[in-house]
Amino acid sequence: MFRLEPRPAPSRVLTLASPLIALAVTVLVGIVLFTLLGKDPVAGLRMFFVEPLRNSYAWSELTIKATPLILIALGLAVCFRANLWNIGAEGQFIMGAIFAGGVALRASPESPAVYVVAVLLAGVVGGMFWAAIVAALRDRFHASEILVSLMLVYVAEMVLSYLVYGPWKDPQGYNFPQTITFLEAARVPRLMQGLRANVGIFVALAAVAVFTVFLFRTYQGFQMQVGGVAPLAARYAGFSSRRALWTALLLSGGMAGLAGALDVAGPQGQLTPYVPVGYGFAAIIVAFVGRLHPVGIVFSAVLMSMFYIGGELAQSRLGLPKALTGVFQGLLLFALLACDTFIHQRLRWVAAK
Amino acid sequence: MTYRLELRGITKQYPGVRANDAVSLRVRPGEIHAVLGENGAGKSTLMKIIYGTVKPDAGEVLFNGQPVRVRSPQEARALGISMVFQHFSLFDTLTAAENVWLGLDKGPSLDEVIRRIREVSGEYGLEVDPDRPVHSLTVGERQRVEIVRALMTGPQLLILDEPTSVLTPQAVDKLFVTLRQLAEQGCAILYISHKLDEIRALCHHCTVLRGGRVTGEVTPAEESNASLSRLMIGSEPPELQRATPVLGELALSVKALSVPRNDPFGVDLKALSFALHGGEIVGIAGVSGNGQQALMAVLSGEDPRAPAGSVHLFGRDVSRADPGVRRALGLHSVPEERLGRGAVPTMSLAQNTLLTRTDAVGPGGWLRTVGMHGMAAELIARFKVKAGGPDALARSLSGGNLQKFIMGREIDAEPRVLLVSQPTWGVDVGAAAQIRGELLKLRDAGCAVLVVSEELDELFEVCDRLMVMSQGRLSPSVAVADATVDQIGAWMSGLWTGQGGAHVPA
Repeated sequence: MFRLEPRPAPSRVLTLASPLIALAVTVLVGIVLFTLLGKDPVAGLRMFFVEPLRNSYAWSELTIKATPLILIALGLAVCFRANLWNIGAEGQFIMGAIFAGGVALRASPESPAVYVVAVLLAGVVGGMFWAAIVAALRDRFHASEILVSLMLVYVAEMVLSYLVYGPWKDPQGYNFPQTITFLEAARVPRLMQGLRANVGIFVALAAVAVFTVFLFRTYQGFQMQVGGVAPLAARYAGFSSRRALWTALLLSGGMAGLAGALDVAGPQGQLTPYVPVGYGFAAIIVAFVGRLHPVGIVFSAVLMSMFYIGGELAQSRLGLPKALTGVFQGLLLFALLACDTFIHQRLRWVAAK
Repeated sequence: MTYRLELRGITKQYPGVRANDAVSLRVRPGEIHAVLGENGAGKSTLMKIIYGTVKPDAGEVLFNGQPVRVRSPQEARALGISMVFQHFSLFDTLTAAENVWLGLDKGPSLDEVIRRIREVSGEYGLEVDPDRPVHSLTVGERQRVEIVRALMTGPQLLILDEPTSVLTPQAVDKLFVTLRQLAEQGCAILYISHKLDEIRALCHHCTVLRGGRVTGEVTPAEESNASLSRLMIGSEPPELQRATPVLGELALSVKALSVPRNDPFGVDLKALSFALHGGEIVGIAGVSGNGQQALMAVLSGEDPRAPAGSVHLFGRDVSRADPGVRRALGLHSVPEERLGRGAVPTMSLAQNTLLTRTDAVGPGGWLRTVGMHGMAAELIARFKVKAGGPDALARSLSGGNLQKFIMGREIDAEPRVLLVSQPTWGVDVGAAAQIRGELLKLRDAGCAVLVVSEELDELFEVCDRLMVMSQGRLSPSVAVADATVDQIGAWMSGLWTGQGGAHVPA
């Protein structure tokens, strides 16, 4: 039988290169997949790795997808480093969108241009509120944050449906489940006429800088990471695990909420039942592929966005199912985990007894 | 006459260190053979090679004159080699018999196993009740379960790794009787230890290892502690300089401290009272697992469940204060587990200074990298820590070097009260002497020091007063000058007059 044995000294180079190897594996499996589907693998790969970068329109769409992924993954990276498994960022994203939408709906034609700041802040509050429920239940009753955060995703979806099918429905919307399109003052300013890209990408990049500093240059960030990798050492040092719990969950909830606000006040422009598209779950992969490092997250978010866009293009141009996006995202995470396993361990054949 | 076990030129290279360098060793049937060496001398690697968990790079293993290749512990047991590890591998929730049963490769019925346990334990005077769950056994009893398990297969070679570190002096004597009886029946015994007295009392032959090489093969009865120590470390450890203690103010006072256990296999602390003054070192002796760790956690603040008013630090009630508050008042501690508690394994030494030292934390929680590196570099130099530098990960250090680093980090903070668990556990003789010297220096500077240790020799060497902990209770304190090993040994079994731990001033 085969047995996994830990390697005495895992290679440093390989540890860093692991995401790239995983990407290569993903591409190889992709080629096999396209061939089996009877499509030209070169054309297929083009859809995923070339087309999403081809022109300014493509780049603009890329930032639209990458912005929420970066923001959510930053918050999740803090959580995961603190050994807190918030997997319900999707729910916090939705709640952020709802809170932001609620404020956006109250805008009037006279509202100043800075009104959008209130919209975004409302999104942050919404996400934090949703994550605070998780933190409170974990703090008070030791409830598993994994289950609670995940289940709250479905609650958030129900709340959103209730609002857009009910009280917030656009009276002139032919009974479609949607709110009115937000007024200009409540929308995130676009970067250029004719493209959907907006200032959200700069918010995300600024957040990357802030999180890098927080994680690696502040005492608070250090304390949280100690709590994650060595809880006993944190207790010995006197670092509060409750404080780490609340900080990590509020931070990640706030970031997911901000992402939700940027999405509804940006490209979407209104609340519909189709606000949740899985950014909150995809961001888990982004965080890990980015090695839980803010800068790494930027690269992995771009990659994941390419998969999103590539999947849509493969559907419209090659007639392939859009589900390919999920297949590629899953493959990438799977390949990364496999790479990490083999970098830290080696497989040995042991004669059966 | 053929040797029971013969090793020829065993060599094992690990990245950065040659653990065994052409080691040869011969054990006759019926011989108790000591393997003596400091921590890191290569004893454990050698035993793992014999027991099949590590493959040598070069060299031969002969068992009863036949060359063998031992690839796994199962194969070792099949050959007739048994091993009793320093750290027990027993399941707390199962009975002794069930644990033994689990360890057997081929399965007789549980009833059969219980019958065999009774036989073996009767034959060797190892009292073991097969039906008792392991968590209710004392450490000494657990070790007996391990030994019985090892003897069940009728081994021809028994390996014991530091077997006495968890035993009272009286229990050590009983163990020796058993081992001698085994040897008389022809079983060869490999006895790994760094305790010179024991080796001289028990063993027929002794192979000394230093830095992975054999530095001597001697008959221990003909050697002195000094000559063995020279073979082991290359020199004799320096004598400690002790000045008479100058008692300072009352530093730590504990009154009627009772804390219930917080895990099912823990120990309740029962009405402990004692006082610790500046300028003295007080030792707490006792077999491990009698509540020492629970007491240290309560005193350091890691366990904040002490009843209000039971722990005072310089007159202030700190029973419920967290470790940070106590540290601000001058109380520092060194925990028993270094990796994972005293230091974060995956972080650098520079980062690990931040656990208890905030010198490099600027306003607003900003970290000054230069400050962290500077402190780590200073500690490495001052306490002669063998490390790649301030950026070396804590887990890349050997246990002894990490202990020097952690001790250094706390000593360098100039504490007014220092709590230390097992200050020299796993540390080589030279470094141990250095650490003990530093503890005495702290005491002379007016610090109050509380030391928990399983090594009686060490406690007698550094302490001014001794107390003994047994089953969550604390004995009265006795001045080291008035204490004897026999008395402390008896106290370790909980036998002192006036149970309940009334404080008797030194």
